[in-house]
Amino acid sequence: MEITLKVNGTERHLAVDVRTTLLDALREHLDLTGTKKGCDLGQCGACTVLMDGRRVLSCFTLAVAAQGAEVTTIEGLATEDGPLHPMQQAFLEQDAYQCGYCTPGQILSAIACVEEGHARTDDEIREYMSGNLCRCAAYPKIVAAIQQAKPQMERA
Amino acid sequence: MRPFTYERPDATREALKAAAAHAAPPGEGRIRAPAHYLAGGTNLLDLMKIGVAHPSALINIGPLHTEHGRIEASVEGLALGALVRMAEAQEHPAILRDYPVIAQTLQLAANQQLRNMASLAGNVLQRTRCNYFRDPSWRACNKREPGTGCAALEGNNRHLAVLGVSDHCIAHYPGDFANALAALGADVSILALDGTARRIPFEELHRLPGDTPHVETALQPGELITGFHVPAGPWTRRSLYVKVRDRESFAFATASAAVALHIEAGEVREARIGLGGLAAKPWRAREAEAALRGRRLDEHTAQEAAEVAFCGAVTHSENGFKPELGRRTLVRALLQAAEMEA
Repeated sequence: MEITLKVNGTERHLAVDVRTTLLDALREHLDLTGTKKGCDLGQCGACTVLMDGRRVLSCFTLAVAAQGAEVTTIEGLATEDGPLHPMQQAFLEQDAYQCGYCTPGQILSAIACVEEGHARTDDEIREYMSGNLCRCAAYPKIVAAIQQAKPQMERA
Repeated sequence: MRPFTYERPDATREALKAAAAHAAPPGEGRIRAPAHYLAGGTNLLDLMKIGVAHPSALINIGPLHTEHGRIEASVEGLALGALVRMAEAQEHPAILRDYPVIAQTLQLAANQQLRNMASLAGNVLQRTRCNYFRDPSWRACNKREPGTGCAALEGNNRHLAVLGVSDHCIAHYPGDFANALAALGADVSILALDGTARRIPFEELHRLPGDTPHVETALQPGELITGFHVPAGPWTRRSLYVKVRDRESFAFATASAAVALHIEAGEVREARIGLGGLAAKPWRAREAEAALRGRRLDEHTAQEAAEVAFCGAVTHSENGFKPELGRRTLVRALLQAAEMEA
């Protein structure tokens, strides 16, 4: 079926099987492979994207049902020659990853975590980031990265 | 995932009409119903991907949020629209202040991504996490395929229920929020396919397994939940949820207790108790409530109430620890609630 998705500010028209998840539409149809497929069953958070500013799991969202929403993926956070988003920069500086597979989901989840006001303490960050698993266990540095980016995001 | 047709009605009336076109015979379990309403999709898409649910039609009711997405607190109580997202209710000021147990059941469930997606009615209707139900490579599951038996009776049943079970099914109800609704004596509003509205006690929504574990709720095929109504009462402010689980966050309850207390002059006037992770359905422990009424709440009376709550417990090979864990969870919840300033 023909659908229209609004991804990172651009309208994209694509033809998909009705069963296609938003995750597969992004990766396989729009070539936006920054969004990662981990478990594909809502348990790991690697596929986290923002829909109308809210963090959601793209593996549990049908592409056809994502029409009308503003979808933001990791590719939408910074332009090719512009500065990184403060959260991306903080993940770099804090070395908040090893293999990097969970990182796009972590970063989008972390941005939402700050914007929701759920990054007031380390404990609160851990609780509200519990939907993003990291098999390399970079958790302490992920918390540090969020703490670093938070004041910059609040100033911006 | 098997193919399905997709519809996106703009109004509730249209949704019911769409469902009527696919209506299943009454008494069929929802797993076998040809049409499913799709809201947040966090449980339905999961079940479709793992081959447990295979609807031939999905009716996306997400866009009906404008009709069924309201939270209204009044002197009579709290009205929650069926399509309110969990994350919208978990930090609502009136819920935090007057119904803390409801806020906590939501905050302690799943994770923020899932709570941003999941609707309250979808959350209430989530299916058991029993491994044998969720894995169709096991043939025996009376809930998934009526009459095939129950592999859990002598299998991996550590997480499964000890209250309300039958010889045909020991699956647990895994949710949190529903235990608060049961404890607080909520009602649920339902629309029938022909548009007729009815309102029933929330406790009557879920059914015990008995010998038909595939029929899980009182909903008839195509019926739509539109909202929940929690009556106000002097016990709702002194209320909380204690959830015990294998890891600290993003895990289902191994045992949980939703309690609300009205204490006056040092005496329990009214106690409301819901139990989670332990029972075949959202569980209200009425006998335990009665055991506390008119008494001081201390370790001794809390323990007595907890004994009463689990006197009918039935355990299996791996979940013999659950009645004791449930008792301790309930005692802790009662004593913590008694300490609250309300």
